[in-house]
Formats: sequence, C-alpha cells, structure tokens
Amino acid sequence: MILETKSLTKNFGGLTALNHVDFQILEGEIVAIIGPNGAGKSTFFNLIAGFYRPSSGSIAFMGKDMSNTKIHQFARAGIARTFQTTHLFSDGTVMDNLIVGYRLKTKMGFWDAVLHTPRAKREEKESRDKAQKVLEFVELSGVAYEPVSSISQEAAKRLAIGLGLISEPRLLLLDEPAAGINHDETAGLAKLIKKIQGVGITVCLIEHKMQMVMNLADRIMVLNYGSKIAEGAPREINSNPQVIEAYLGGGEHA
Amino acid sequence: MAGQKKWFKGSTLLVVLFLLAALALPQFVSRYYIQVIAMSFIFAIAVYGLNLMEGYLGLLSLAQAGFFGIGAYMSGLLTLKIHVSFWLALPITALLTAVLAVLIGFISFRTRGHYFVILTLCIGVIINLVIEKWESLTGGVRGLIGIPKPSPLGPLTFNTLESQYYLVLAFLILTVFVMQRVVNSLVGRTFVSIRNSEELAATLGINVMANKLLAFAIAAFFTGMAGALYAGFIRFIGPDVSNPNLTFEFLLYLLIGGQATIAGPIVGTLVASGLTEGLQFFQEYRMVIFGALLMIMVKFFPWGIVGFSKMLWSKYQKHFMKKASEGTATMSTAKGGEI
Repeated sequence: MILETKSLTKNFGGLTALNHVDFQILEGEIVAIIGPNGAGKSTFFNLIAGFYRPSSGSIAFMGKDMSNTKIHQFARAGIARTFQTTHLFSDGTVMDNLIVGYRLKTKMGFWDAVLHTPRAKREEKESRDKAQKVLEFVELSGVAYEPVSSISQEAAKRLAIGLGLISEPRLLLLDEPAAGINHDETAGLAKLIKKIQGVGITVCLIEHKMQMVMNLADRIMVLNYGSKIAEGAPREINSNPQVIEAYLGGGEHA
Repeated sequence: MAGQKKWFKGSTLLVVLFLLAALALPQFVSRYYIQVIAMSFIFAIAVYGLNLMEGYLGLLSLAQAGFFGIGAYMSGLLTLKIHVSFWLALPITALLTAVLAVLIGFISFRTRGHYFVILTLCIGVIINLVIEKWESLTGGVRGLIGIPKPSPLGPLTFNTLESQYYLVLAFLILTVFVMQRVVNSLVGRTFVSIRNSEELAATLGINVMANKLLAFAIAAFFTGMAGALYAGFIRFIGPDVSNPNLTFEFLLYLLIGGQATIAGPIVGTLVASGLTEGLQFFQEYRMVIFGALLMIMVKFFPWGIVGFSKMLWSKYQKHFMKKASEGTATMSTAKGGEI
C-alpha cells in the first residue's frame, strides 16, 4: 500500500465536499477516480496532493502521515501531480520547464551559482541529462527547444506529465489527463500511462473519458456527493447498480 | 548549440567594449561627467537588486530606496561616528541590509500581487520616516556631513575623483558578475519559475518562501552596498536617499533598460541619466518628457531597450542563419526576447 486515507473529510463552510472517504492506493497499480460533476473528485485529489488541508481524517503516504505537510514537501516525499487545466511555465521552452522540474533533486544554492562550484556544474548537467531522458520517455524530443507557448495541446499534456515524472515520484496523480484532446491522442496518452506504470510508478487519475478509464485502470473508486459509493475492478464498477444510478439518476437523491 | 555560441560571442564582445569604454572614460570627459557616470554606476547597482526581484522573481518591491538609505546611513554612521574602515563598513552594511530584508520578507511574502507592492511601499515610507525623525542618530533633516572617503586599500588610495570612479566601477562589475552567475544558474531558473507560476513551482517541490527570501536578501545586499558606496562617494547624505521617489527612479531605469535582462539596469540607468543631463534646461518639466517616454516604453517596448535589441538580434539570426537554435530563447531571456 502506497497511500491510505482514513475517514478523509473536507468541509468548505457548510458544504461537505468530501465525506469520510477511506481509500487505499496499492503500489504499482493504476487507479482511477470517477464520479459525476461535483462528486468531490478534485477535492480528493487536492487533499492527497497537499493543496488542501483535511478538515478531519488522515492521509498516510508510505506509512507517513501527510496531514500537516506543505505542498512543496509532497513532491519531495514522492507525490507528483498534474493539473486539470494544463499548467506549465509559459515563458520557457519545453527543455526549460523540465530542467526546473528537476530542481528538487538538486541542492546547489547561491554560492554554488556564484562560484561555479563542481556541484553547480554537475547538477546543471544532471538536470539537462535527466530532462533529455524524460523528453524521450514522453516522446517530445522533437520539440525540446520550442517555446511552450507554441506546442500543441497534446504535447502540452505530455509535457505536464513529464514535469510530474522528472522528480522521480513514487505516485503520480493525473487530473483529467485526456481532457481536450482527440480520440487518437487519447489512445496515445493511455499508452504513455501504461508505460509509466511499467517503470514502477503508481498512477492515480481522475478522468471523464469512460472508455479510457475502463481499459486502463486496475481499480476504480466512484465518488458521489462527496462519499465513496463503490470501489473495485472496472468490470464490477460497470455493473454496479449504485454507480449506474449515480450517473443516470443522481438528481433525485439530493 | 551553434546559435548559442554565436550569441555568447556577440555579448562577450559587447561586454569587452563596454569595459574598455568605462576604463578609458576618465581620460576623455570632464570631471563633471565622471561624477555623473559614477553616480549612474552606483544607482545601477541598486537597480540590479530591483531587477532580480521584479524581473526574475516577478515581485515588485518598492522598499528598495529604503534599503539604499539604510545602506548609506549605516555605512555613513559606522565610518563617521565610530571610525570603522570603509572596507569593513561596506560588507557589514550590505550583510545587515540583507538580514533586514529577510526579516521584512517573512512578513511581506505572506502577501501577493498588488498587496505585496503596497506593503513594500509602506515599508519604504516607514524606513524613510525613521531616518528623518531619529535625529539623535541620523541627524534628522540635516543629515550626515563629512563622511570620510573610502580608506586606502593596500597601495590603492581613493582621494581623487578618478580613483573613486574606478572603485565604483569595480563594484558594478562585481554586481553584474554575481547577478549573471545567479540568473544563469538553476537558482535563477528557480526564481523565474516562481515568476511564472508559484503554484506549479511549489507542486514541483520548490520551496517558494525560501527562494523568495534568498532573492530578496541578494537584492537588498547589493542595494545596501550601493547605498554604502553612495555615502563614501558623495560624503553628505540626507533622508532623501531613502525617499520612495528614489525607488520609482530605480524602476524607471529598470523599465527603460529592460527587466529580466543582465544588461538592462546599466543601460537603463546610463540612458536615463544621459537624458536627465540633456534635459537640464527643462528643469522640472523634464518629468513630463520622462512620463511620456515611460508610457511609450511600457506600451511598445515592454522589455526595454535591451529586450527590444535582443528581439531584433534573434530575428536577424533566424533570418540569416535559418537554423533556429536553442540558445536564443532560453528561459531567462524569453521574457525579454520573445514577446
């Protein structure tokens, strides 16, 4: 088990966005979180990525409690994430983005920079080499030196995933990785996610494209109105009456 | 890679030309202009601090004149009242200014955007008021008079205007060297990433607060150092050296020269000082011309003279060498070059 939430709850004022969710992510799996709009998927994600503090309940990552950890320490602990609206450093090139993404693995500071110490040189080179490797992995070598503002939506999605990967996380959280790209590109992305699993990184994703989720995920958790209503293999979820109701007739149960 | 080499050579040539001109200058111009240019160099050092904050980190600090004033007064008081050597007073001053910036940073970095700008402006005003009202220490509006000249450094003495000019030039070179090393390193990339998106930087494991404090400390170090040089050069200081108006002059120099560029602060300060000299006969009306100039710069050349020149240069390269190469659009120059 790589991540475990116990009775995880988040209130916004009087609204309970997430209500006592117990969930486990197992090492090496691809797990998907689905649910209708407003079900609490993003809230859950933001909690396990450190963007929100839980109102109650706990999050443990590799056995360590993360409830009071700062955002930047989540990345250091080994949890990387992407955003629903693709978030990149828009001023730089693809390569620049990845180099800065590797920063948490480097230690050089002000004096290393000023004095060009061996550590500074080594780490600069290491960052470039690592960026190059990640570029190959996400198949973006061709646009390495393009400004981010000029690459395609699909390339931007891949780069965002690359930014998540470059810090060598144990767990990668993908927030709607296939939003806004076409069918063929989605298939390519699914392949990339499989490849990520293949190198031993656990993947947890939120996704609306059901076909992709069903083909990709080892396990699925379904949220509705902030509560977990089902959890299991894609085939089980597919035939779960509660899930079908949530998707087709949720309005009546408000 | 070829493009990168080429650009590097071009800029090296410019640096060498600038250095030769700066070294030879006292032989060719009158004492008055040596004085004016030495003053520009001192201000340029302070503008480099502002450039690191506003240009690279993306946070506009309006407390910079406050740091300049603190530098001037601290060094002035140390050398005048307790006869500390200039060569000891200068580093002490710069370091203490940096420490103060870190303390201020702990409070002010809790705010963002416009709130940060307003808060730092307030801090600048407070520093100015403290200097003006603390008469027993600072002499109030009368200021400090008769600050000693920089003491000799081994065989080097600083009694003549020329030698003081070279002293200031040496510190300017040191500043540019350090800034250039910082912004072209992973540390500089980290600052730029925070300018781009604090949220993403934090997600990638970057300690945003620590990096902001580092940038603020470096900026304050050099601004305080500039203040100390000012005190040793002018040898009379009043509360006006910490007046927030001076911050806006630094900002004007930065915007004219080009933020987030290494040459910007020096180019902007020299051009603006030159204009000030050229427009002397307009007296206070020259601000009208500066105002119009600033509007034109912000509207049409948002990355200043240096940013605009870089853009022209990269267009020229693309046009004549077809091979679009990696070197022209690195992250640190993109803000200045690609817009």
